[in-house]
Amino acid sequence: MKPLGIIVCVKVVPKPEEVSVNPETRTLDRAKARSELNPPDMNAIEMALALRERYGGSVSLLSMGPPFAAPYLQVGLAMGADHAYLLSDRLFGGADTLPTSFALARGIQKIGEWDLVLCGEESSDGATGQVPAGIAEWLDCSQATYAMDLALLPDGRLRAEREIRGGHEVIAVSLPAVVSVKLGVNEPRFMDMELRRTAPAVTVWNASDLGVDPASLGFEGSPTVVGAVWQAKSPERRREFLDGTLQEKARLLAERIRALVSF
Amino acid sequence: MIPPAYAPDEARGLWVFLEQEGGQLEGVALELLGKGRELARARGILLTGLLLGHGVEAGARQAIAHGADHVVVAEDPLLAAYTTDAYTNVSARIILERKPETLLLGATPNGRDLAGRLAVRLRTGLTADCTGLAWEEGTGLLLGEVTGFGGGVMASIKCARHRPQMATVRPGIFPLPPSDPDHAGRIESVAVSLEAGEIRTQILERVRHAGVDITRASVIVAGGRGVKGDFGPVTELARLLGGEVGASRVACDLGWIGRDHQIGQTGFVTRPKVALVCGISGATQFSVGVKDAGLIVAINSDPEAPIFEEADVCVVDDLFPVLEALIAELKRRRP
Ligand SMILES: Cc1cc2nc3c(=O)[nH]c(=O)nc-3n(C[C@H](O)[C@H](O)[C@H](O)COP(=O)(O)OP(=O)(O)OC[C@H]3O[C@@H](n4cnc5c(N)ncnc54)[C@H](O)[C@@H]3O)c2cc1C
Ligand SMILES: Nc1ncnc2c1ncn2[C@@H]1O[C@H](COP(=O)(O)O)[C@@H](O)[C@H]1O
Repeated sequence: MKPLGIIVCVKVVPKPEEVSVNPETRTLDRAKARSELNPPDMNAIEMALALRERYGGSVSLLSMGPPFAAPYLQVGLAMGADHAYLLSDRLFGGADTLPTSFALARGIQKIGEWDLVLCGEESSDGATGQVPAGIAEWLDCSQATYAMDLALLPDGRLRAEREIRGGHEVIAVSLPAVVSVKLGVNEPRFMDMELRRTAPAVTVWNASDLGVDPASLGFEGSPTVVGAVWQAKSPERRREFLDGTLQEKARLLAERIRALVSF
Repeated sequence: MIPPAYAPDEARGLWVFLEQEGGQLEGVALELLGKGRELARARGILLTGLLLGHGVEAGARQAIAHGADHVVVAEDPLLAAYTTDAYTNVSARIILERKPETLLLGATPNGRDLAGRLAVRLRTGLTADCTGLAWEEGTGLLLGEVTGFGGGVMASIKCARHRPQMATVRPGIFPLPPSDPDHAGRIESVAVSLEAGEIRTQILERVRHAGVDITRASVIVAGGRGVKGDFGPVTELARLLGGEVGASRVACDLGWIGRDHQIGQTGFVTRPKVALVCGISGATQFSVGVKDAGLIVAINSDPEAPIFEEADVCVVDDLFPVLEALIAELKRRRP
């Protein structure tokens, strides 16, 4: 079987619990938040490395983001990826899923030889799993979203076990394909300190390297706009702490529940 | 700007994609019809259902009874089960011809698979995973309310110049509308030109569990890592209260209970009257899934657990003896 050219799309995201809304400007305050590789993307990297071990081939990482994303790509290289590419340009900023998937698709085409693109199921900073299907459409190839397990079939197609509502299905798709990987389907391996030392540098491309019309990128190329941003507020809760013996607590609990439901 | 497939002034009507399984509409499709009815009425526009499948006549009637004015039905054996290519190609052809102004889809795995692909095919904007929908005052644009960053931040998103304005909505956000068998509507079959060669996916196996639906439970007893693999007491309590069992992501990841039970950002958003949250720390990714519960009871041995910030009734204790005592108490007082 011929070796697999795998590209993993990874996004550097702020840690969700450290992002807040500035109440005056009603904009996001990301400055104080530390970043990380989007957790499901770690599962996608692990999946790619496992496939390379099984079938041979290469694993490239691709990210679109600010220059500070480069060190996070080093993490993926130290896990064992062969190459890393960062699409970085002010023109990419403020992109919704349409220009994001477009730029990533162009990046994939520029990397060249590939059979399989792996993504995470969703990015934790707001978008929700629409980029992988978008990339597949720009590249006009098959897709398998919410995949839990991947293998090659003897006829060269990809076998994917994927989640559906209330169950799962096993599908065979032709390559090339774009796949999104479910969070938590594997244990991402640790960095290898030797690889960390010998890893190649991250290749950085800007908008003109991709040779695309700037009007189809970033904020300018985004059909959607954010109207307003605010801090999520849950309804005020009573926070009544129950005291007493177990039996007393149980009795109070039963009372509180009975006030709302009959059973 | 990436040029739109059609201009806003050519666009008409509010459409709902009707996801179906074996000819029966998915719950979220009915929920969207209920919300769609309200939105369409507010602007005096028509509510249309888009139904793809094979042998889906009953589903079309179900859509009319749940508020659709019109159902566009595309039937073909190749549409019997969902595949990306078949559903995208057929939907896109119909949409480019009929030019809806707005298209709503359920944020189920297949609904999102389709929405993400279709939005790029149509070169339009998509607001994913909405927790609320409204028309913007003045412009009449669709405002999709979304949560980000694990649920900590909310935003409203709109799509000004591209049509259709697309949005996906999670199951359980909007109530199930009542069924009115006398509601009148038109069912229109459209010709499908679809060839097997267009479809790059072959379904080898498909397993649907009878499946619980925690989005509609009025009582949920949820367990997390703290139950240490034993969902017995949680399940018994849920049964006594006539409710369903919920779980944190960790409990599902560890294989202690099925994914259908998972509450939260990557699970289900629930709105029970009462949620009992046992041995769950209360990460934001979990809490977004219960924040609209009428009453939240938290049982956790760690007094510092974040869940206590978001609970009405708090019990700092080992969950096992507490549940045992509560179960005994409920049984004792049973009529
Ligand atoms: C992208 C992303 C999406 C996610 N989506 C979700 C989601 O949809 N749903 C979700 O739940 N999580 C989600 N998570 C994970 C989330 O961040 C938390 O890791 C998870 O909710 C923790 O589960 P837990 O509370 O069961 O476990 P832990 O955080 O380990 O908490 C266990 C709790 O049990 C208590 N405990 C232990 N023993 C006992 C005992 N005997 N009696 C009483 N209390 C006890 C402990 O004090 C502790 O508070 C997501 C994470 C990411 C990155
Ligand atoms: N800027 C980006 N750079 C690289 N990959 C991305 C980017 N945005 C999204 N992705 C990929 O698409 C997946 C889903 O993201 P989203 O659609 O934003 O929820 C992520 O898990 C990544 O694999």
